[in-house]
Amino acid sequence: MSQLPKPDTAELRGKYAGVFERPASARLALPAVIVAALAIFAYGLVDLDFSPSKLITGMSQLGWITMMMIPPNPGSSFPLYMQALGETLSIALLGTTLAALFALPVSLLAARNIIPSNLIRFPVRRFLDSIRGVDTLIWALVWINVVGLGPFAGVLAIMVSDFGAFGKLFSEAIEAADRKQVEGIRASGGNALHEIRFGLLQQVLPVIAGQVLYFIESNTRSATIIGIVGAGGIGLQLAEQIRVLEWQKVSFLILMILIAVAAIDFISSKLRFAIIGQRAVV
Amino acid sequence: MATAISILPAQQLATLNDAYRKAVARKRLKVTVAAAVFCAALFIAALGADVNLHTFFTYFGNFVSYFDRILTLDSGARVWTDPVEWFWGLKKWLRLLGETLLISYVGTLTGAVFAFALNFFAAQNTSPGPWVRFTVRRLLEFARTVPGIVFALIFVIAFGLGPMAGVLAIAIHTTGALGKLFAEIVENADMKPVEGIRSTGASWLSCMRFGILPQVSAGYASYALLRFEINVREASVMGFVGAGGIGQELVVAIRKFYYSDVSAILVTIIVTVFIIDISTGWLRGRLFGKETRR
Repeated sequence: MSQLPKPDTAELRGKYAGVFERPASARLALPAVIVAALAIFAYGLVDLDFSPSKLITGMSQLGWITMMMIPPNPGSSFPLYMQALGETLSIALLGTTLAALFALPVSLLAARNIIPSNLIRFPVRRFLDSIRGVDTLIWALVWINVVGLGPFAGVLAIMVSDFGAFGKLFSEAIEAADRKQVEGIRASGGNALHEIRFGLLQQVLPVIAGQVLYFIESNTRSATIIGIVGAGGIGLQLAEQIRVLEWQKVSFLILMILIAVAAIDFISSKLRFAIIGQRAVV
Repeated sequence: MATAISILPAQQLATLNDAYRKAVARKRLKVTVAAAVFCAALFIAALGADVNLHTFFTYFGNFVSYFDRILTLDSGARVWTDPVEWFWGLKKWLRLLGETLLISYVGTLTGAVFAFALNFFAAQNTSPGPWVRFTVRRLLEFARTVPGIVFALIFVIAFGLGPMAGVLAIAIHTTGALGKLFAEIVENADMKPVEGIRSTGASWLSCMRFGILPQVSAGYASYALLRFEINVREASVMGFVGAGGIGQELVVAIRKFYYSDVSAILVTIIVTVFIIDISTGWLRGRLFGKETRR
């Protein structure tokens, strides 16, 4: 039996001083960050009135609510819920499409390769950022003040909040486009509009279509909740049933939302592949 | 030196032209049909969502004048002429904003810890068994798909009004969202270190701790920071259903038509979101280099 050679620790230490003797600041950095994070966490628990007794009673209450939810049962309101779900899908589809239509011209203004001047680009970008900084629910409240309660306010809320997101995403897609096509069109004597129409849009549209489809899907989720503040759709029913503690109906509505989102997910991913890839160019 | 462009004989040209026209016509037909289906869907959606252009144009003035109103003080002056009057409640709002930030911080951290605990079971390459994987995946999917504010609505009833419901709602939603992203990072990790560690006779836990964790921890932290950013926005509306934070104040101001308060609270929220976005972006850049955003 041969024995492994004993490592010469002293020599190794001398050779790799950086590994064996790290400066105290580097050694303490990670523990310091962890301690600080935990300290803020603990402060948060105290400041936000967390108490074990509240947690336990809440949990038992929650368990009780869950028991009440089984089995999911729509009662006699199933047709009403289907209609509400249709309303939600309509809100998502219409809001996203309108947002994309309005965002496309604005995103050209925010793209570096179209508008080289910072003077225009900067305010446009900050404008889009501010729109995005406000949650969809807040926009829904604002629009309810303008057009009244109902799904129309929901459409407008989704439209505005997505406008901010699309403006940013589209301009990024445009900035990533290849210059060569555009230069080719300029060389053949096309003007700026021709460059955008024949050089840029061809490259950008499939990317944009993919993003729009993805947003329709994620907006189905947002559209389910804007009803909570009164902007129509299935969220309105959900909030109402939670308020009157009809738990079986609540669980049925949640189930409906889950199935609808899964279905939209499936369809839109199929469509996305049809548009942006895995298809031979005709 | 001029080269002549060769012109094909008319017959050959005609067949080529024909084939080209047919190909283009087929493509055009496809696009037209797709556009027609899409327009029909939009039309049905417009009916379903009660879109009424008449209402829209009648009230569009309201939308513009709404901004006019929220930018006017009670005294009739523009808000920016008297910032002290405009931000009269700044002290209270900042306290509530602090609460909103705390809600999203505690919620994100709790959610990240749960996501961390679950993600090794959800990832294909590290999961101990297909059944565990299936169950954990469905669980995460559920937590992610049900909107946070729906959880908040239910938790407000179970735990009472207040920030606790908001924290728990954000924690659950974050668990679902981060669990999926974390699992994807783990699936991209190199398995060779794990094999090396397993070959020394180590347990599953040690394989995860010494083989996977060093590779993925930077990605985890990066996604958690990104999630914190999103959760700040989400926490700002938790108050709408009574789950704490600045949202409560905002919804009251909007419903009671305290116009200048609406704009002041909105400005404080937007500025806070900006600051959080910029500082977490800077932090991410410093810690992990440039990484693509999701």
